[in-house]
Amino acid sequence: MNKFGFKISTPRSIDLDNGDRRLYDELVATVPSYRYCIGCGGCTATCSAGQFTDFNIRKTHFLFSRRQYDKLSTELLPEADLNKCMLCGKCSLVCPRGVNTRGLIVEMRMLLNNK
Amino acid sequence: MKRFWNGYQKAIADDHYFYERSCIRQTFFPGSETAFLKILREELGKDILDNPHQHTCTGIGYHSDVVPFDTTMTVVARLFALMTECGYKNYVPSCVTSFGVFTEVMAKWEEHPELKEKARQYLWDACKREFEVPENVAHPSDIIYKFRHELKPKMKYQLVNRFTGQPLRVVEHIGCHYAKIFTQNGIGNAEFPYVLAGMIEAWGGEVIDYPERRHCCGFGFRQYLVQENRGYSIANTQKKFESMESYEPDFILTNCPGCNMFLDKWQYTIAEMEHKTYDKEGYGIPVLTYEELTGLLLGYDPWSLGLQLHQVQCERLMDKIGIPYNPSEKYIGISGRRHPSPEKPEYLKV
Repeated sequence: MNKFGFKISTPRSIDLDNGDRRLYDELVATVPSYRYCIGCGGCTATCSAGQFTDFNIRKTHFLFSRRQYDKLSTELLPEADLNKCMLCGKCSLVCPRGVNTRGLIVEMRMLLNNK
Repeated sequence: MKRFWNGYQKAIADDHYFYERSCIRQTFFPGSETAFLKILREELGKDILDNPHQHTCTGIGYHSDVVPFDTTMTVVARLFALMTECGYKNYVPSCVTSFGVFTEVMAKWEEHPELKEKARQYLWDACKREFEVPENVAHPSDIIYKFRHELKPKMKYQLVNRFTGQPLRVVEHIGCHYAKIFTQNGIGNAEFPYVLAGMIEAWGGEVIDYPERRHCCGFGFRQYLVQENRGYSIANTQKKFESMESYEPDFILTNCPGCNMFLDKWQYTIAEMEHKTYDKEGYGIPVLTYEELTGLLLGYDPWSLGLQLHQVQCERLMDKIGIPYNPSEKYIGISGRRHPSPEKPEYLKV
């Protein structure tokens, strides 16, 4: 606590122009069905890893599409830790838009590792 | 086309004004209201009444949700009753929030006449007074704007940098309650605010049109009045400063007590918190009220205008314009007694 009893609030708005669009474009090029995601959360509801951990596949999609790659790591946001995915593929079976969600996770891991 | 632009004009009475002072300005910028009365009476020869029985408009309490609207209506009705009793029809509230409160109450009465009758009854029950609705409500900045060209020949100085010969670059900021509640009540509307810009241009300066020009100053009432929320208030102010910084303004001109105070005082707070100032030399950007600016250009003594009470000091600006001042008289009050000098901030230069 400083001497004023408050601090300057940091805006939480996300400026898409500030993010690195390259990784997102590469992901869309490799998994084109990514663009069809409507964020219904069916993948998260059925996720095997999500039953035992706090992994949230829907959140990982959103963070990636908002170019918030730095949050897709183990320490900052445990529910967005891509390494928790067991690649069982159940999410792909339930997706109402036919998004290749399993392929999406694999591709996101590769892109982030090679960043 | 002509009809379209009518929305950006407003009627401002010529003479015979009933003045209502602000609650907070007399503490933070105590010379401004006196200067306004002097300008109107002595420079323009107008009739303006400063009634000693006036009181708050409830604006701060109303916008903080602690004063109900019925109370506000009754208090406004009492102020109108004072005006009516003195035989005036043109109401001039010093504060932008008061201006917003009056225009809001009058619009309510226009749309719901039963509310006006309710206010009449409340006022009669409370103090046996009666009122008439003013024929014209104008903010003092509207009046200075209206007579800006008449004032210019009387001015000793212009908004020109005497070292470079270039016009001073000025950021103007209108209060939200001036033109953002009822846009038709502000000159130039909320889109093209011209009340202060018109003064700056008429007196030789150059207006800076920066991206966050129409953003709130950060006061926001509830954001400031609760200490834990002040981070939101100062974040808004910081956003404005960051937006205007690259344009290197010579000073900021405002027409609202809250904007004046926050754009001035938050510069100190931001400097203390983040060691950041928004001018190159670390002194901050001076913030003037339109009355202080008018008074300065007319040649009034800067210390009688109350410039020593500003957080960001104005001496460097006065040097640029060429206004003489006596530093040794800075802290001598009206009574002739010398007041103690304020403590110096750690990061903001003074």
